[in-house]
Amino acid sequence: MNVSEQIEVTVNGETVPLEAGANLARLIAIRQPRPPFAAEINKRHIRRTEYANIALNPGDKIEIVTLVGGG
Amino acid sequence: MIDPAPIKIGNRSFRSRLFVGTGKYPTYELMRECHTASGCDVVTVAVRRERLYDKENRNILDFIDAKRYTILPNTAGCFTAEDAVRVARLGRDILEQINNPGASWVKLEVLSDPKTLLPEPVGTLEALTTLKRDGFDVLVYTSDDPAMARRLKEAGATSVMPAGSPIGSGQGVLNPNNIRIILEMLKAGDPDYPVIVDAGVGTASDVTIAMELGADGVLLNTGIASAKDPVAMAKAMAHAIDAGYLAARAGRIPRKLYATASSPTEGTIVY
Repeated sequence: MNVSEQIEVTVNGETVPLEAGANLARLIAIRQPRPPFAAEINKRHIRRTEYANIALNPGDKIEIVTLVGGG
Repeated sequence: MIDPAPIKIGNRSFRSRLFVGTGKYPTYELMRECHTASGCDVVTVAVRRERLYDKENRNILDFIDAKRYTILPNTAGCFTAEDAVRVARLGRDILEQINNPGASWVKLEVLSDPKTLLPEPVGTLEALTTLKRDGFDVLVYTSDDPAMARRLKEAGATSVMPAGSPIGSGQGVLNPNNIRIILEMLKAGDPDYPVIVDAGVGTASDVTIAMELGADGVLLNTGIASAKDPVAMAKAMAHAIDAGYLAARAGRIPRKLYATASSPTEGTIVY
């Protein structure tokens, strides 16, 4: 595999390798978070309908969140 | 026995005036049992990073009936307005997916530091303004400062939620006079404006005191979740809400320095 075809992004604080040109929908498909979840890139909320339109760039910080117990 | 009027918060109306958290329970099953015992209609949740897996692959939503409860997402853990707004938007996205009526509202917390968890007033006001523009109904956690409470209402808070005492401290209502002033200020000419005491409740009597002062409701988490018998405490909290609600409307007697006999002073055989 050619290293130049890979990028690195940060997902929930962890470095994740990804093929260059992958979009957010691709990352979600690989990671398979349990629905329901929500996502943001570089502190900007991304609507679900936009996942396939948002290309990921090297160094992007992606957060995928869900609901947990809280007060 | 008791049929209090529903509490109105913006365009929502709830039978129970008790709002219960979902944090700190040892098991999801126990949390669900406590919610049932408390009779609450609204439960709060937090927004956090999704884990790739957990030991049983269960989600808290498996234990909250989204048709029965309105879910109120919070922005707990945020120390800036910017982060609180991010979290609110993510929470709304999730709740929209399960068609829960909680999707368009948020419990706004902007905290000043991890040790006191006291509200950060400037950031809170800034986040409130942004979230209002973004179409949220914002229920705002704040300190018991009447001046700040008034600013938050003026800025469009759907409900102002003063703390009785610091989050999880169990100290109850530390400054009842401030709560009274907040209620007087915020309800002047607007008696139905909802003021909910949020945080600091240690036991049932704390809830009753808040309600007796005239609060419209009480929001709590740790007081139930960390009690020795959480289900029993959940029931106690439900009774405490009713007791305080009724007492507030029943009109308490004034405090007097000296005694007033309850039995007739005439006809005694004492001479």
